[in-house]
Amino acid sequence: MILFRDLNKSFGPKDVLTGFSLEVPDGETTVVIGYSGTGKSVALKHVVGLLQPDSGGVEVDGNVVHDLDRDGLVALRSMIGFVFQFAALFDSMTVRENISLGLKRQEVPEREIELRVQESLALVDMEGTEDRYPIELSGGMRKRVGIARAIALKPKYILYDEPTSGLDPVTAAVINQLMVRAREKLGVTGLVVTHDMNSAFTVGDRIAMLYRGSIRQVGSVEQIQRTHDPVVRQFIEGRPEAAADAEGLVTQVVS
Amino acid sequence: MRRIGVQSLPIALFIAVFTGIVLALLSSYTLTGAVPLYFVGTLVGKAVMIELVPVMTGLALSGRVGANIAAELGTMRVTEQVEALETLAYDPHSYLVVPRIIAATLMFPVVVALAEVTGLLSGWITAINLLDMSTVEFVKGLRLFYEFKDIWFGLVKSMSFGLAIALIGCMKGLSASGGAEGVGRTAMEAVVLGAQMILVLDAFWAVALL
Repeated sequence: MILFRDLNKSFGPKDVLTGFSLEVPDGETTVVIGYSGTGKSVALKHVVGLLQPDSGGVEVDGNVVHDLDRDGLVALRSMIGFVFQFAALFDSMTVRENISLGLKRQEVPEREIELRVQESLALVDMEGTEDRYPIELSGGMRKRVGIARAIALKPKYILYDEPTSGLDPVTAAVINQLMVRAREKLGVTGLVVTHDMNSAFTVGDRIAMLYRGSIRQVGSVEQIQRTHDPVVRQFIEGRPEAAADAEGLVTQVVS
Repeated sequence: MRRIGVQSLPIALFIAVFTGIVLALLSSYTLTGAVPLYFVGTLVGKAVMIELVPVMTGLALSGRVGANIAAELGTMRVTEQVEALETLAYDPHSYLVVPRIIAATLMFPVVVALAEVTGLLSGWITAINLLDMSTVEFVKGLRLFYEFKDIWFGLVKSMSFGLAIALIGCMKGLSASGGAEGVGRTAMEAVVLGAQMILVLDAFWAVALL
């Protein structure tokens, strides 16, 4: 289980997360929604120790992430797959090398690596692209390879950072299907941050809304869809009157 | 090593050829009528081995290698590739920085050594073709105040230049932010700081070892 416990994080004078608390139960996909630039990705990066909290913290299976030593952090990262917003594929490497890299770090035998590369590419319908470079792939294909790279590690958790942003609706739907498939076939616990409500409703078991640095509401998909909270309603319905409020929330986070 | 060393050879040799030519001609212009002309060989040898070729090569490679490293790592930083590496349980410093520093530190002396040979050859060819000197005279001057230190001094300097350029390129690249503009700024800063550091190290080695 991933547990955010009263997490606080500031960048300069800007308080991004203020008392962010959330429980991510095993075996489910939890989606964190919220306006762009309000700290969703910041929260996600704390889970793998890419950012250090100012106070509070994140626990993964009872281990406080920011207290882990180097070996502990390596062990933690070995059981978490991270899918980046723009895939973050290594552009000097082929698809095969991108997927293999994490496996080599875990000292998986060569034959097993090739098997896992094929399996994970098959799971995201990207067979036959092993020898292509990221520059030769479309945005949607890169995201799929990003997912393949994460699931090849056979992680216990997968973190998705804006998995459908910048994609056309059909490609976004394909990515949503892949996330659902990853949970069903591999049984991984998912934590997704997105502002795409279609994606949130499709892949989420639970949805939490981040608002002004902390969780405004958390509940099942049905609960969120029927919520009477005006802030959450405005967001999920994408009503224009929320836009002015959103402008005030956007943080200029450079991380 | 191939990219930092082998691919840097053309620019290093180009600089060395013209450094040798100009040194021979300037030495002749300065010495004619004052001291025997074979001192042209002495000046070309000393300047090529201990100062001009190592420093000019270092400055050129600060642009080529330093900017390349900073831009490459800077792009990786702003496109989250460095963070991706961390999430795959790699230490970016071990994986990205150490190999570049080792390659630059080892390859710079090799590039400079080849450039020194080229500089001496171009100085010699200039001397025998344009200065009415014989090969015997040029070699006599070259050997006159020659010390083994002339060779290793230039190579030690170039090793420190390689280390500094790679270190600065990596440091700047990994701290890049702000998209394409930030990467461009990072590369520029790496070149400027690298060039400054070369001149500082040049003075340091002169004080320490000469």
